[in-house]
Amino acid sequence: MRRAVIAFTAFLGGLVFLLSSPAWADGEALKGTLQNQGQPVNGVKISVAGEDGKPVGDATTGADGKWEVPVPKAGRYKVTLDQSTLPKDIGLKFQNRATLDVQVYEGSERNVLFALAPAGKQGGGAAQASSDSSSFWDRVAQLTFEGFNLGLIIALAAMGLSLVFGTTGLTNFAHGELLTFGAMCAYFFNVVVGIPLIWAAVISVVIGGVFGYTQDRFFWGVLRKRGSSLVAMMIISIGLALFLRYVFLFFFGGEGAPYADYNAQPGIQVGPISAAPKNFIAMGIELAVLVIVGLALLKTRLGKAARAVADNPALAASSGINVDGVIRIIWTVGGAVASLAGVMLGLSQNVSFQMGFQILLLVFAGVTLGGLGTAFGALVGSIVVGLFIQLSTVVVPTELKTVGALLVLILVMLFRPQGILGRRERIG
Amino acid sequence: MDWNTIFVTTVKASIGLETVVYALAAIGVNIQFGYAGLLNFGQAAFLGVAAYGMAVTVATFHLPFWLGILIGLAATVVLAFLLGIPTLRLRADYLAIVTIAAAEIVRLVFRSVKFSSVFGGSDGRQNFSGDFFAMNPYSPGTYGIGPISFNERVTWVLTVGWVLIAIACGLVYLLMKSPWGRVLKAIREDEDAVRSLGKNVFSYKMQALVLGGVVGCLGGFLFALGQASVQPDLFSTEFTFYAYTIVILGGAARVFSPVVGAALFWVLLVFVGNTLSEAVSAGMLPSLFTVNNIGAVRFMLVGLGLMLLLIFRPQGIFGDKREIALDAR
Amino acid sequence: MHADSTTTKKAAALAAFAGLDREPGVAKPDPILVVDKVVRRFGGLTAVDVDHVEVQRGSITALIGPNGAGKTTFFNQLTGFDSADEGSWTFNGKQLKGVPAHRVARSGMVRTFQLTKALSKLTVMENMRLGAQNQRGENFFRALIPGSWRRQEDEITERAEELLERFKLDAKRDDFAGSLSGGQRKLLEMARALMVGPELVMLDEPMAGVNPALTQSLLGHVKDLREEGMTVLFVEHDMDMVRDISDWVIVMAQGAVIAEGPPDTIMSDPRVIDAYLGAHHDAPMSAEEFEEQLQEAEAELESEIEEKA
Repeated sequence: MRRAVIAFTAFLGGLVFLLSSPAWADGEALKGTLQNQGQPVNGVKISVAGEDGKPVGDATTGADGKWEVPVPKAGRYKVTLDQSTLPKDIGLKFQNRATLDVQVYEGSERNVLFALAPAGKQGGGAAQASSDSSSFWDRVAQLTFEGFNLGLIIALAAMGLSLVFGTTGLTNFAHGELLTFGAMCAYFFNVVVGIPLIWAAVISVVIGGVFGYTQDRFFWGVLRKRGSSLVAMMIISIGLALFLRYVFLFFFGGEGAPYADYNAQPGIQVGPISAAPKNFIAMGIELAVLVIVGLALLKTRLGKAARAVADNPALAASSGINVDGVIRIIWTVGGAVASLAGVMLGLSQNVSFQMGFQILLLVFAGVTLGGLGTAFGALVGSIVVGLFIQLSTVVVPTELKTVGALLVLILVMLFRPQGILGRRERIG
Repeated sequence: MDWNTIFVTTVKASIGLETVVYALAAIGVNIQFGYAGLLNFGQAAFLGVAAYGMAVTVATFHLPFWLGILIGLAATVVLAFLLGIPTLRLRADYLAIVTIAAAEIVRLVFRSVKFSSVFGGSDGRQNFSGDFFAMNPYSPGTYGIGPISFNERVTWVLTVGWVLIAIACGLVYLLMKSPWGRVLKAIREDEDAVRSLGKNVFSYKMQALVLGGVVGCLGGFLFALGQASVQPDLFSTEFTFYAYTIVILGGAARVFSPVVGAALFWVLLVFVGNTLSEAVSAGMLPSLFTVNNIGAVRFMLVGLGLMLLLIFRPQGIFGDKREIALDAR
Repeated sequence: MHADSTTTKKAAALAAFAGLDREPGVAKPDPILVVDKVVRRFGGLTAVDVDHVEVQRGSITALIGPNGAGKTTFFNQLTGFDSADEGSWTFNGKQLKGVPAHRVARSGMVRTFQLTKALSKLTVMENMRLGAQNQRGENFFRALIPGSWRRQEDEITERAEELLERFKLDAKRDDFAGSLSGGQRKLLEMARALMVGPELVMLDEPMAGVNPALTQSLLGHVKDLREEGMTVLFVEHDMDMVRDISDWVIVMAQGAVIAEGPPDTIMSDPRVIDAYLGAHHDAPMSAEEFEEQLQEAEAELESEIEEKA
């Protein structure tokens, strides 16, 4: 079993040599490419100042959206985007990020990213400045839509996390990395290999399933057999999460990047809601997958077995259910569904090495809100979290929307620790 | 390969600011997790509110330095109560999720534009360490042996830091030898048994959470003072995870293990980091490794190390296998 | 040494029960614990619904009942480990509803657990010391001054050593509790409970998972508790043990107390037979058959517990 653990770690290590890394240039400089939904934005002025505020130089983006400002030496620099030079219909995604404070390392060029979004049609993180004219209820409708969008992604991720927790008791801090893994796979096949995103997504869902299976077959399953305590396993999952996250950083770099497809989709208007068609389709797929997995849990023998194991593993085992087999399937399906969630998350924001980790807390919030270990509770809890996050921007600044959701998580812990749908635990 | 530089920076790392800060944070984690079995995944928040409490008092409100320290300490204690009261009665993993969420809330509030007039947004706060360095007894110059030396400011920070570490270790030693420590260790084993013996388990857990937070918050003060600035992203969740790695590296529930663990952690991190980047600039590694992504390799190793430690040597370097908190047999 | 006193204390206890009604909830001459209308529900399931029950001071009272009768849940209510939905109960005249577990223990009502909770990574001696009450060194600030608690610690150690000797654990004094056998853990848990200085000792299945060789010694220790003036309330499946040591038996089924009586006649009570075998069995079972069934159930239970441990 020790060999299996080593084999798995070696497998993870082997990932390091699977992909070749992009080329990096020498010489200290700041550079970047301004893009709005995949289209280059030209004629935007960007200026660079030293830490002391002294100007170092400036540049204007070219037709390809690229800009570059050489700097004299390594150090910290302030990079400012002149918002008045942006085209009228484009704004900064985050109003407070017009000036970025970045570190340039010796002998290296530093990529600086300004996130842009079409004015008035931004996603959740967008400034709503130009949509002031739309009425309050239009905004609520729009936010509800976006909340469902986010909630469904969280729900996809939460399903696997919750089922794994229910069956094995593992609070898996590396679950977010399953999402990142899915998004990275899709990015690889879509952008590097160049196949259409839909097929890339299918492939990465399959690979995600294999990844989940492999994790249980050669890692978690082995640790369970050794009798590792749950706390030890939880911390091991933190180690795995750190490891995977930095493997992603190693290959992908620190900056986010979009897929090659569906970037510059013009939004369509449905009632008060405006969104790119990809969002509607993504939500449809997410909903379909959730319904299929949910029905499978309710109707199929395997699903019933899975719920039985989640409810009481010892009892399930004694009534003849192959607990290990069920857990393995849960990991496989959980990995595949998480991978899909990652792909979908990459559609609504850029693919980045931290994306899974960043959403993990929200997934935890969804799972605990619904009641730890209950499959359907996780679904309801996740959608509540998604809605809450987006709708809370009506009253709190966008940058603090996560804070509200996390506060609710803590309050739920305080007043109803078993979650919305959970049952009180029986002691003794 | 410049082995000399690698050697000097590595030796300096063993007693440097990061080691001091992480050692204090890890001593706190060791009290909470190692002895009492509390999964506080928000240690970074304790350091954060202390550092910000001090920095904001001095830099934003122009109040005296010592008042800043008091406010930092008070903020830490308040945070411990806020987190502890709802969760210490619940299962262990609930505390983990609540503390990690709280740490993220604290960080997001610190870096928000909304409150930037108080906390300074993502740039944080500067200009608060003047009074601290005014107390510096070292005259300008460098102190140390040969190339392994620090300037008078760093020397002052490190002196204070290591004195605090010594005091914290002495405190932990006395407490864990006492009946108080016995109750704590018993709670880690089985809190219902302790309850059935007439001990107020909730109160002891709270005491451990507060004590661990306060010891950790000393690290927060030093982090801020040593860098003469605070930034929100210093206090990310990964900070807490590294503190756990350190505790487990040294061996949970040992008095000196967080200190040795911290020194070892930073020695390894700096050594590997420097060696790799030297190797890259000397062109000794495949072109896959570049100056930009070499930093990630160090943290991959941290994750890998944390996993392997828990799987193969959960008692850490010094721990007694029969006595460890994590029975990963 | 016990020969004489055994008879007197046992006789005293039996005398107290003489002539009592066999009805559930019958009043005792000198009750230490009085329970009224305690209800505990889990969702739709009513796990405990005890109308009235009293426990006689200075006696050994057994609490029996088929699996799922709510015995352990009832124990948890009384000792503050779980909150009751309704009802009240007094210990020595003191209201205990809503009182947290540690204060119940401090007031003199100490329990053990069905699945032994020896603190396996503490030594046997540390386990014992933990039981002592009012320790100065358990205060955070005094803990920092060893001089303030050393003397008390020595006294506690002395008391612990006496108890360990009595329970034949003195040789294991410095071993980790985790290295003890199942029976020894039961002994340690009982000894540790005595360190608290209880008036009422509540034992949750003291014989479960104990090697038969240790059974007699455990029984002796339970009897000794009564000789020392303590009251014992215990949950047990082993009918031999119940008959051997208890002075009075309370029977629970489906959360309620259905019968009470002396151990030698209680098993022939039709309500009890119904409870164990179901109310609608056709032919009444013989006492032997009944015993057999019980033994089977018990063996099953024991293997289950061993699996868990």
